[in-house]
Amino acid sequence: MKLIAATFAILLAAPAAWALEAPPGAMACSGCHATSASVDTPAPRLVGMKADDILAAMLAFRAGARPATVMDRIAKGFTESEAAAIAQWYATQPN
Amino acid sequence: MRITRRGLLASAAAGAATSIAAPALAQGAAGRVIVIGGGFGGAACARFLKALDPRLDVTLIEANPTFISCPFSNEVIVGLRELKEQEFGYDGLRKAGVKVAIQSATGVDAAARSVTLGDGTKLPYDRLVLSPGVDINWTGLPGYTQAAAERMPHAWKAGAQTLLLRRQLEAMHDGGTVVISAPANPFRCPPGPYERASLIAWYLKTKKPKSKLIVLDAKDAFSKQRLFQNAWKALYPDILEWVSLSSGGKVNAVEPDSLTLVTDFNRFKADVANVIPPQKAGEIAALAGVTDRSGWCPIDPVSFESKLQPGMHVIGDAAVMGAMPKSAFAANAQAKACADAVVRLLAGDKPIEPRLINTCYSIVQPDYGISVAGVYRPQKDLFVDIEGAGGVSPIEAPATTRAMEAQLAHGWYKTITSETFG
Repeated sequence: MKLIAATFAILLAAPAAWALEAPPGAMACSGCHATSASVDTPAPRLVGMKADDILAAMLAFRAGARPATVMDRIAKGFTESEAAAIAQWYATQPN
Repeated sequence: MRITRRGLLASAAAGAATSIAAPALAQGAAGRVIVIGGGFGGAACARFLKALDPRLDVTLIEANPTFISCPFSNEVIVGLRELKEQEFGYDGLRKAGVKVAIQSATGVDAAARSVTLGDGTKLPYDRLVLSPGVDINWTGLPGYTQAAAERMPHAWKAGAQTLLLRRQLEAMHDGGTVVISAPANPFRCPPGPYERASLIAWYLKTKKPKSKLIVLDAKDAFSKQRLFQNAWKALYPDILEWVSLSSGGKVNAVEPDSLTLVTDFNRFKADVANVIPPQKAGEIAALAGVTDRSGWCPIDPVSFESKLQPGMHVIGDAAVMGAMPKSAFAANAQAKACADAVVRLLAGDKPIEPRLINTCYSIVQPDYGISVAGVYRPQKDLFVDIEGAGGVSPIEAPATTRAMEAQLAHGWYKTITSETFG
């Protein structure tokens, strides 16, 4: 974890604090889910959310158990383990 | 195949301790990357390259000091928005440490690995990312020349053309005929002609209700077709007529002096003619040798590296991406995955197989949005749809859903422009 923290410390000076360890698909989410807190959009910000909450939402969207506009269509493109990796990664991004 | 954290940090530390005058690649992962084209692909790629490895020497080459966004430019055409809201500068990139050269790139020397600028400067690179967008294929539609575009605007690159089409619509008398010509695939923004048709129909309905809009199409099928056609039937039944390829909709030639569009069996005389012409990869792609005979750029979808020129990567509208459409969202998603791949390749590592997403919203009237989404993975030389995912908005949906999608569309625009330009 120290190494992860050190990586983030290095990247913190950058405009978007991305780590190379972003799992496949994770960086595409930010096309709609703003990383910056200053963007005014109805799409919720994933940075700052808990991994369990992101994963639960993805699984509910996939199952059609949660009302959606586009996320029901997108969530079906990710397996549970892929979604879990993305959720974990967002949860560890500096808020 | 991943860069280990230990490796990344070790090379980062080494870079910090070594003189910057030393050869770039000798230090490990750092290097010189040039990105040509400052749109949703190129600007995002440059930012993410610098974010992923701050030691990289990243230069963005872009001919215009201000980017003018095509997404939402259809709203500018019908007066729902001003062009100023489409404009973005590159200060965000400069602040992030990207060198921005406001110059045209006039050539690429693959052997010497350098880019020549309009002023004659040669800039060396270790890896080059081309994100040149589209150019009009001026030989693709007889009669449609650059001079013709001043009478029959394409408005398919936002800016002066957008405003020209807007002024023509504003000047048209009530009872006039607007004709849109939509091209065969592939072209930038597959739902774009139909969003434009919807919004122009809305403009005519609200401002000039005796007028007509005819869409002449070189295709029988198009993006979000049922959603658009249902909306047209409900909202613009007496205004908008779509003529498919098989109904004789393909425009074979235009006559700009008389604003006439010529099809197999008809001549359509317009009061306002919006010709969306055939397109090709932006000119620098051909100069760099990354286009094939189709005029577009084949790539490896894992690394985005050109199939024709090693060391050059192509992203966005110019590239052949298979199932991924030529959209701003797609270009931005590709840009981030490409930045990741370039950083790994410079470090002597292999890129990881990306998963990409696309979401495209279209506005059919101010409070009515529809969308198409997809999730993609590489397969051979293309991206393919992940089965079971993606698709369009529900065909039947309450007005609240359409209104929510219109809101999401506007939110998406703020998000993607913030992420791309800072």
